[in-house]
Amino acid sequence: MLYKNPYNNYFDYVVQRDMDKCIRCKDCVTQCSYDANFYDEERDLIYSLDSNCVGCMRCSTFCPTDCIRIVRNPDTFRINANWKDNNVKDLYKQAGTGGIIITGMGNDKPYKNYWEHMVIDACQVTNPSIDPLREPMELRTFLGRKPDRLEVNKDGDITTKLAPQLVLETPIMFSAMSYGSINYNVCESVARAAKELGIYWNTGEGGLPDTLYEYGKHTIVQCASGRFGVSPEYLNAGAAIEIKIGQGAKPGIGGHLPGEKVLEGISRTRMIPVGTDAISPAPHHDIYSIEDLRQLIYALKEATRYEKPVSVKIAAVHNVAAIASGIARAGADIIAVDGFRGGTGAAPKSIRDNVGIPTEVAIASVDQRLREEGIRHQVSLVAAGGFRNSSDIVKAIALGADAVYIATSALMAVGCTLCQQCHRGRCAWGITTNDPELSKRVNPEIGAERLVNLIRAWSNEIKEMLGLMGINSIESLKGNRDRLRGVGLSEIELQTLDIKQAGM
Amino acid sequence: MKIDSQGMHYKVLNQKINEAVIQGITDIELFNVNGQRYIGDGLRKEVRINVHGVPGNDLGSFMNGPVITVNNNAQDAVGNTMNGGKIIIKGMAGDVCGYGMRGGKLFILKDAGYRVGIHMKGYKTLNPIIVIGGNAGDFLAEYMAGGVIILLRMFGRNDHNNIIGDYLGTGMHGGTVYIRDGIDKKKLGKGVGVSEPSAEDNMLIEDIIKEYAADMGLDAGKILNEKFEKLTALSTRPYSKLYTY
Repeated sequence: MLYKNPYNNYFDYVVQRDMDKCIRCKDCVTQCSYDANFYDEERDLIYSLDSNCVGCMRCSTFCPTDCIRIVRNPDTFRINANWKDNNVKDLYKQAGTGGIIITGMGNDKPYKNYWEHMVIDACQVTNPSIDPLREPMELRTFLGRKPDRLEVNKDGDITTKLAPQLVLETPIMFSAMSYGSINYNVCESVARAAKELGIYWNTGEGGLPDTLYEYGKHTIVQCASGRFGVSPEYLNAGAAIEIKIGQGAKPGIGGHLPGEKVLEGISRTRMIPVGTDAISPAPHHDIYSIEDLRQLIYALKEATRYEKPVSVKIAAVHNVAAIASGIARAGADIIAVDGFRGGTGAAPKSIRDNVGIPTEVAIASVDQRLREEGIRHQVSLVAAGGFRNSSDIVKAIALGADAVYIATSALMAVGCTLCQQCHRGRCAWGITTNDPELSKRVNPEIGAERLVNLIRAWSNEIKEMLGLMGINSIESLKGNRDRLRGVGLSEIELQTLDIKQAGM
Repeated sequence: MKIDSQGMHYKVLNQKINEAVIQGITDIELFNVNGQRYIGDGLRKEVRINVHGVPGNDLGSFMNGPVITVNNNAQDAVGNTMNGGKIIIKGMAGDVCGYGMRGGKLFILKDAGYRVGIHMKGYKTLNPIIVIGGNAGDFLAEYMAGGVIILLRMFGRNDHNNIIGDYLGTGMHGGTVYIRDGIDKKKLGKGVGVSEPSAEDNMLIEDIIKEYAADMGLDAGKILNEKFEKLTALSTRPYSKLYTY
């Protein structure tokens, strides 16, 4: 049967080039890592193969004469409210290949975003607001198990033995992104920024390259089901250890680093053959119950002589509150809950877009449950999954989080344009690629500087928002849901978030 | 140094072992061990630990260097994500032994449980080795990415036909499994190929078995008398055709 896949003609983007302005510098050709732009020497013209364009904006950004526009392809399938463009394209793709569709970054579907339905309170007349520019404002956050009570001797010294704590200068950390999913230069950018900011970055499950051990005091090392790079040196190098059970972008399935990205350095760190898919088992096969989780938590604590807090990261799912309660009782010091807008380097699209729940509701229900059970102080709660700005973070803390993890926004600070091609290993911005040439597009010094700028800006905004609420410490915002009101939410939604309707 | 572990919590026992290691003691003998977990967990010194009694789960997990000898059976997750050193079990061992193992040796005299040696790794000279004298349960060598597993099938509880579990080597993409005395092909997971060991393979098997036999007090010649079959991954990328974008 002669068959042409209609998908080939209905591509997402068109590269428009104003040939009057084009100086034939061929920058767009060299910048494009997806072979969408090419130069015809005979006619001295630059063309684009639009079907290869992923809309990453690399060429238009670097065009010195500003002659390129990347526009959405106006040529669409027949408009059909049920069969949307992506439904049709995905179906054709699968009919052509028989494959599971893999994609990158977070859920991009228009689910209700609860951050946009919550507003923050402010002081007027009856209580004074605080000016953070001229008055002290405390953002320092401690993560780890807190004692049931504090005993103090006559001299005022604390005599209670405290569990190990992570000290954050601002309640923001860089979430797990593995070496391999992002390249060395991006890892270094993130590690440097964490050190400068007095916060933590997370290795993800791909191990820690030897040359990044110097950032150990600002590193959370991850132990996932694939156990990549988990040596006793690695466990002791970090400030904390995180057991990764799940990830918001793909709850219930294991990690997946496509073979295209497994080059020599990654093969060495992960101890797997070059070019193989690095697939982590869906569960840890030594964890089939809360009791088993406790076993691994204490295996890690024993291996590091109880000197480091142990975090357990789970994806936000329907039963998240009960699971979090079990994790707290299993002995975890920190629980990280990753909502379904969290990013990924590679996940089946059907899972990324349809599995899990938003972090907003997950945090609210976990915090509520742990309070009801009287164990909230035993564990710190870190929210993850799609934080876009400082107000999202303020709202998460008011809902009960101690701190947040960011990763997508961190990559955007380094240059990511959300084109969702991470799994292909050809990132034109040099982030999710291990190609030595493309990787050079991220300079760790500049990357770190941009990350530091972003977190400083957000921290200042958080201080401003605390000030207008009349609060001078982030600790006083934690779980302070009275400072939030809902707008446009149903009664059951307000009840789930445990916040009042605006005007009440 | 001798430690009587009778009625001792694992945290106390492991603290004592750790203190002894810090003091520079290289030979530690544990008596009356009864299910204490995490013995040798994360130890990074070349010490010898001799265990009398049955140690609990996660024996020698994450360790790098010690030689642990257990004179009885052991429980689950022996050598979990172990990095180096050696564990000798002169009896049976439980499930998920050698999970994600990165180096060192795990010798088991008799049977091992389910999912042994899953996600074992290897890189150039780093080559973890597991030898099981008896049977192994389902999913032996699942997701195997490197290292060597040798299954001898000598001291099984079960009859000869049922001597190894199902789904052997499912998702294997690296490493090698050698099986003594033949394998029922029905037991193999998808993507696993069977071949004759080469001369080089036989030298490796001989080296490992000689060491194993010496540790266990067995006759190496008797073990090596039978033929071995070699199992390897047919592809280093077994799931590459499963995906599209």
